[in-house]
Amino acid sequence: MSTQGDLLHTVTADTISTRRRRMGRAMVWGTVALTATLATLQFAHDAGTLGWGFDNWRPVLYAYLLWATALCAAQVIVHGERGKRALFVLPAALFVISLVVFPLLFALYISFTDWNLASLSGPQPNGWDNMRQMWGDAFYWNALKNMVYYVAAVSVEYVIAFGLALLLNAQIRARKFFRIVFLLPLMLSPVAVSWMVGKSMLEVRFGPISRVVREMGFEPSFFGSPEMARFMIMAMDAWTFIPFMMIMLLAGLQALPREVIEASKVDGASGWQSFKEVIFPLMLPVSVTAIVIRIIFKLKLADIIINVTSGGPGGATDSVTSFIFREYRDRSNVGYGTLLAMIYLILIILFITALLKVVSRWMERPA
Amino acid sequence: MTAVFKDHASDRQVKVKWWSSRVAIYAALILWAVICLFPIYWTLTTSFKLAPDVMRGNMIPFVDFTPKWKGWESLGFSPRLIGEVSTVREEFLKRFWNSAIVAVSASTLAVVLGSLAAYGLSRFGYRFGFMRNSDISFFFLSQMILPPVVLALPFLVLYRSLDLLDSRVGLILLYTLMVLPIVIWIMRDQFQGIPVELEEAALVDGLGIWGAFCQIVLPIALPGMVAAFILSLVLCWNEYFFAALLTSTDAKTLPVMVASQTGSQGINWWSMAALSSAAILPLVIVAIFLEKYIIKGMAAGAVK
Repeated sequence: MSTQGDLLHTVTADTISTRRRRMGRAMVWGTVALTATLATLQFAHDAGTLGWGFDNWRPVLYAYLLWATALCAAQVIVHGERGKRALFVLPAALFVISLVVFPLLFALYISFTDWNLASLSGPQPNGWDNMRQMWGDAFYWNALKNMVYYVAAVSVEYVIAFGLALLLNAQIRARKFFRIVFLLPLMLSPVAVSWMVGKSMLEVRFGPISRVVREMGFEPSFFGSPEMARFMIMAMDAWTFIPFMMIMLLAGLQALPREVIEASKVDGASGWQSFKEVIFPLMLPVSVTAIVIRIIFKLKLADIIINVTSGGPGGATDSVTSFIFREYRDRSNVGYGTLLAMIYLILIILFITALLKVVSRWMERPA
Repeated sequence: MTAVFKDHASDRQVKVKWWSSRVAIYAALILWAVICLFPIYWTLTTSFKLAPDVMRGNMIPFVDFTPKWKGWESLGFSPRLIGEVSTVREEFLKRFWNSAIVAVSASTLAVVLGSLAAYGLSRFGYRFGFMRNSDISFFFLSQMILPPVVLALPFLVLYRSLDLLDSRVGLILLYTLMVLPIVIWIMRDQFQGIPVELEEAALVDGLGIWGAFCQIVLPIALPGMVAAFILSLVLCWNEYFFAALLTSTDAKTLPVMVASQTGSQGINWWSMAALSSAAILPLVIVAIFLEKYIIKGMAAGAVK
C-alpha cells in the first residue's frame, strides 16, 4: 500500500534494516501458513478423511485474527513511518472485506445448491434449478412488485418531511420541544412500533383508531384488503422514518444563505413564490441526498411486515426481505433463499446505480 | 413585520394575516406532535390498565380509570414485587443487558474503526491495487446499500461452523458492519472540517502522525464522534432482523423478546404494553437528553 498526494505531508528518514524487513514478512507469511494449515486440517476433518480435529472452525478464526494483527503490525515493521499511515485504513478495510466479501462469495456458492438446513444430507450443487424455481415463484415477483410500491411511497414521505422541516424552521416558540417530539418516532424500534401501532392501536375491537373509525360510521378493517394492508404498512414505516428525512432537510434549510431569501422578499416575492423559485431549487442537493438514503433504507424494510402481517393477506404486504425471512423460517431453505437474496442484491445495485446516474445528470443540467 | 402604526386599516390587515399564519403554523405543529406522541402515550397508559379499561377504551388515567400495576407486575417491576425474586424480571433484564452490551460494543467498535479510516482517507492518499482514495471511500460507503438479507443466510451457516451462533460476539460483529458506513460518512465530514495546519503545527513540534491524531485531532472531533456513536447506538438497539435469525436463547435481544411475545400472548395487552414501554424507554430518554447529537449526526453529510 503506497501513499501519494497527501494532504498532510510528513518527512521521515527511516532506516529499516533488511533483518527487520525480513522479520515483518515472516510474520505475515507465517500466520498465513498457520491459517491455511488449520483450514486444510479442518476441511479434511469435516470431510471425514481425517480422524482427529477440532469441534468447530473457531481455531481457524483465531488464526485468521492473528494474521490480521500480524498484517497490521508488519506495515509498521516493514515500512516504518509510511506504514503507520496505512494503519489508519487497514483495520476497517480488513474488517469489511472479511465480513462482506467472503460471505458474499460463500453466498454465491450456496445459492447454487439445494441446501436445506432441515435435511441431513448437506449442500448438493443443483445447477440452475433454483433459478428456474425463482422464475416460477409468483410470490417472489409479487414481493418485488410490492417493493416498487414501497419505494414510491418515499415521495409522499418527502413531501410531509419537507413541510415539517419548513414548520420547524419558521419563527416559532418552543422549537426545541417540537424538534424532540418530532424526532421521537425514529428512536422507537420497528418491533415496538409494530405492536404499539399495528397490533394495539389498529386492533379491530378495542384499538383507539378502530374506535374513531367506527364513530365515523365505517367498519374498521385495516389488514383485510391487500391495498389497505399495504397502505397501513407504508403509514407505519413512514411514521418511523419521516423524522429522518425531516432532520436532513432541516439542516439544509438552516444552511441556506439568508441574504438570498431576504433579497427575494425585498423583490416582492410572496411566501409561495420565494419557496418555489428560491428555497426549493437551493434545497435540491440536500433533497436528493435525503431521498436516496431513504430509498436505501426502504429497500431493507422488513421488521414491521414480519411482525404485523407476516406478508399477509396473500402476500400483499410482503417485502423481499420478509419473504426470504419466512422462506428460511418456515422451510429452512437456505440455498433457494440465498439465491433470491443475491438476485435482489443485483437488482438493488442496478437500481441505485441508475438512480445516481440520473440524479447526477439531472443536477448538472443548468436549471 | 413592518407594522408600526397600529390604528391604520392597512396595518390591521397585515396583523390579521400575520395572526392567521401563526395559527396555521401552530395548528400544524400541534397536530403532528399529537401524531408523534399519541402511540407512546397510548402504550404507556395501557401498561397501567386492566382488561375492562382496555375494552371500554378509557384513555385518561385517574379520570377514566385507576392505574394498576398489573402490566408491570408481569415483568416483575412493581412496588409489590420489586423486592422479591422474579424469574420474569430476570429474563427481561437478561435481554435488556444483551441489547445494551451488543449495542454499546458494536457502536464503540464502529466508531473506533470508522474514525481511523475516515481520518486516514481525509488526510493521506492511498493506493491499493487500482483503488485510489475515492474508490476506497466508495467501497466503504457502498456497504450501506447491502441489504441485511443477503448476508443473513451465509452468516447463519458460517456462524454455525464457527460456533458463534446465538452469541453476543457474533451479533456485535454484524452490527459493527451494519453501522460502519454511516460512521465513516459522518466522521469524514467531521475531519474534513478540521484544518490541516493544526496537525502540521503538531508535527513541527515533534509529534508523530498518531500522536497528532490522538492529542490534537481527537479532542476537536469528539462531538462528531459522540454523534456517530449515538446514531449507531439507536440503530443497533432497534435491530431485529439479524437478532431474530442468529440468536435463540443466550444472546436474544430485547426486540426479539418483544416480537416473540406479540405472537403468543393474544390479548394480554397490559403486559405487552409494559414490555414495549420498557423497550422504548431508554431511547426515548436518549432522544430527550442527547437530541442535539442525534440531529448533528444526521445533518452531517447531508449539507455540503
